[in-house]
Amino acid sequence: MLEAWEFILRRPELLAEWVLAHLWIIFVAIIIAVILGVFLGIFITGKGREQIADSVLYLAEIAMTIPSLALFGLLMLLLGSMGLKSIGFLPAVIALVVYGQLPILRNTYTAIRAVDPAMVEAGRGMGMTERQILFKIELPLAVPVIMAGIRTSIVLLIGIATIAAFIGASGLGVPIFRGIRNARMDLILIGGISVSILALIIDGLMALVERRITPKGLKVGRQ
Amino acid sequence: MIKLEKVTKVYADGTKAVDEMSFEVDQGELCVFLGPSGCGKTTTMKMINRLIPITGGNIYIDGVDNTKINASELRRNIGYAIQEIGLFTHMTVGQNIETVPVLKGWSKSRRRERAEELLELVRMKPSEFIDKYPNELSGGQRQRVGVARALGTDPPILLMDEPFGAIDPINRVELQSEFLKIQQKIKKTIIFVTHDIYEAIKMGDRIALMKDGKLVQYDTPANLLYRPKDEFVEGFVGADRALKGLQLLRVKEVMTGTYATAKMGEKTEVVRERMEKEGIDWLPVVDNSGRFTGGVSISDLTGGRAKTVKDVITPSEAKSDINAVLNEALSLMLSSGLKTLPIVVEDNRLAGILTFDAIQETLHEAVKTGGTK
Amino acid sequence: MRRWIVLVVMLIVMVGLTIWTTSVGDIGIFHAFTYADIFTHTKDHLIMVFWAVLIAVIVGVPLGTLVTRPGFSRISPLVLGGANIGQSIPSLAIIAIMATLPFSLFFFDFGFNRETAIVALFIYGLLPIVRNSYASMNNINPALIESARGMGMTRWQIIRKIELPLAMPVIMTGIRVSTVITVGTAELAVLVGGKGLGTITFTGVFAREVLLIIQGAAPTAFLAVSLGIILESIEKWITPRGMKIKVKNS
Repeated sequence: MLEAWEFILRRPELLAEWVLAHLWIIFVAIIIAVILGVFLGIFITGKGREQIADSVLYLAEIAMTIPSLALFGLLMLLLGSMGLKSIGFLPAVIALVVYGQLPILRNTYTAIRAVDPAMVEAGRGMGMTERQILFKIELPLAVPVIMAGIRTSIVLLIGIATIAAFIGASGLGVPIFRGIRNARMDLILIGGISVSILALIIDGLMALVERRITPKGLKVGRQ
Repeated sequence: MIKLEKVTKVYADGTKAVDEMSFEVDQGELCVFLGPSGCGKTTTMKMINRLIPITGGNIYIDGVDNTKINASELRRNIGYAIQEIGLFTHMTVGQNIETVPVLKGWSKSRRRERAEELLELVRMKPSEFIDKYPNELSGGQRQRVGVARALGTDPPILLMDEPFGAIDPINRVELQSEFLKIQQKIKKTIIFVTHDIYEAIKMGDRIALMKDGKLVQYDTPANLLYRPKDEFVEGFVGADRALKGLQLLRVKEVMTGTYATAKMGEKTEVVRERMEKEGIDWLPVVDNSGRFTGGVSISDLTGGRAKTVKDVITPSEAKSDINAVLNEALSLMLSSGLKTLPIVVEDNRLAGILTFDAIQETLHEAVKTGGTK
Repeated sequence: MRRWIVLVVMLIVMVGLTIWTTSVGDIGIFHAFTYADIFTHTKDHLIMVFWAVLIAVIVGVPLGTLVTRPGFSRISPLVLGGANIGQSIPSLAIIAIMATLPFSLFFFDFGFNRETAIVALFIYGLLPIVRNSYASMNNINPALIESARGMGMTRWQIIRKIELPLAMPVIMTGIRVSTVITVGTAELAVLVGGKGLGTITFTGVFAREVLLIIQGAAPTAFLAVSLGIILESIEKWITPRGMKIKVKNS
């Protein structure tokens, strides 16, 4: 414990570098994941796509059960066979995107499906186009649930990004990885504790954002 | 205004939901679609604003085939209220009402003004409710907002799918009466779907009774009640329809519309002559703008030094609204001892009179036609 | 129907990858692991997961149930808050921190050994079980309990005959989630002295040989997916029939 503290005091720039690298990789991944997840989630709620939706959601559900380390391995193989770099930032981001979009996809789909059909019918009956129904009714009502999905996703990604150090990406997994290889308890502790703290802070922040973003009309109780 | 011509809906699996339905709804009329569940009433209504695509026949709105109009455009010009109301929970009452005005690109101030006006119309205080959210309202209040929203841009046509269906019976009756008053003001062409015969007879100018996708009878409530076309209609309106008539018929259906009156300033002799000529002994008195103010009976006019009606008038509070239910009016006549009940519309304007004779005639007619059983 | 296709394709890919990588023979300067190796490591993996989940169930279900009882309402936010926070901490972090704790507790010597690995897995796998047990026991319609009490059931009978059967499906979901997570985390457990498929994967990781990683990763993925499916069928089977019937709207 003491050694870890000493290390931080001696090399603060290293810790900062790992934290930033960790955040950066998550940032890049989550942005792509949100775009993909929300888009795909909206797509599969479309009329006549019930079967596709079922398959996609099931695939997502199963994919979530694949251990992250195993997924990294599979991705490295895939990227390698396509002649791409199978080690470092790229496979890490791809793996994070694959994982990260699943909760977002699932929540987007569920939230849009959960919108009271009477509201949709009322909107359509008043002459809203399908696009207006999506943007004025369905999406605003789904936003809190989608946000919850993004939050789950980010917390998940913080953990997985740690493991990404094993395939050569930078981040807080690096000290853990090095510590284990070289039996340096101080490095292991620094990595483990920092990433835990990071996860808690970001989870807390996301909870705040989630509350902020909920439309006011959904918060007020019924008389 | 709305014309249905052999309107047919066949679903992909071959079920015929609506079968060659043809009739017309006139401007300013409230037409009730009535029938047991699965009779095609909601389907027919939804084909008018094209929420359900038509598969045969035509629907004309003001002479224009509705499939020739862009669906969204069409719907923005037809008010729409449904049983579940479907208020947008993430928007305020005001924003809900402004939905269609926003879609039509109205200016902000004009929208707001309209929302306030509509809230007034449904008797909700704008300053109190406009910024509330639907989840803060009671069921009845939400229903009113639903109606206000349907009237957003003052569309000439209104489609209402069991709009009071989710309300408890007591509030429901009240909302119905209130809505009738609103309709008197706004005079929209309304399609009103219900499966409740009481509601149909109370609300409708005309009723389209449907069964298995077919139009069985399209008639006024009184005719439906007393001149049922076949056994199905008879069964649907019920065996006690003679008495139901009292409860369900509106004064409007039974009253005598064109009726002699006396003016405030008229000479007593003139009025007496008129009464003698008509063979009646009581006349309602109206002021210059047609407002009902009281009554004169022939005994008041004979002899005496009275010059004008004004001197002999008996001011009377006993009167009935034109939309009142017949049994209410009858009970009023019995308790006030009036043989002739003046009937008024908005602003206390005289619209006609109701007599025991007329009620009896109506009931007699019912017995006559209903006795076949 | 389509679900089955999705599932079967996935499992076939995993098995195919395992067979392919194993049949290669030499991977770089390494010999590929043999089927016997893979089998042994799979067995070790399962044993580790089994113990971790078993202890988690034994501890988690009573704990989750206990905090729903009136007397414990004060500590319930503590337990649940702890479970929620714990869940957002990455598994690798817990394992890593566990590895640096060189102390003894009862008969355990923490350090680089299998016991440490199992304890780490148990801690991480405990959370979904506690949370689901709490949620399911807390969600039972009070009218049911009251009518049971009214019919003269004892407190224990109410738990056994009413609450547990009704809560069982959700508790089982917790156990399934916990198992699937543990299968994945167990791969990391070799870092603190655990045994299992992680041994193969990390040989590959440290040697930077993708095919070796796959030799460990593909069977792990296969295990996670198939265990998830098996436990899901148990979940469905265990659900009281009356709860599966959906209320029909007329």
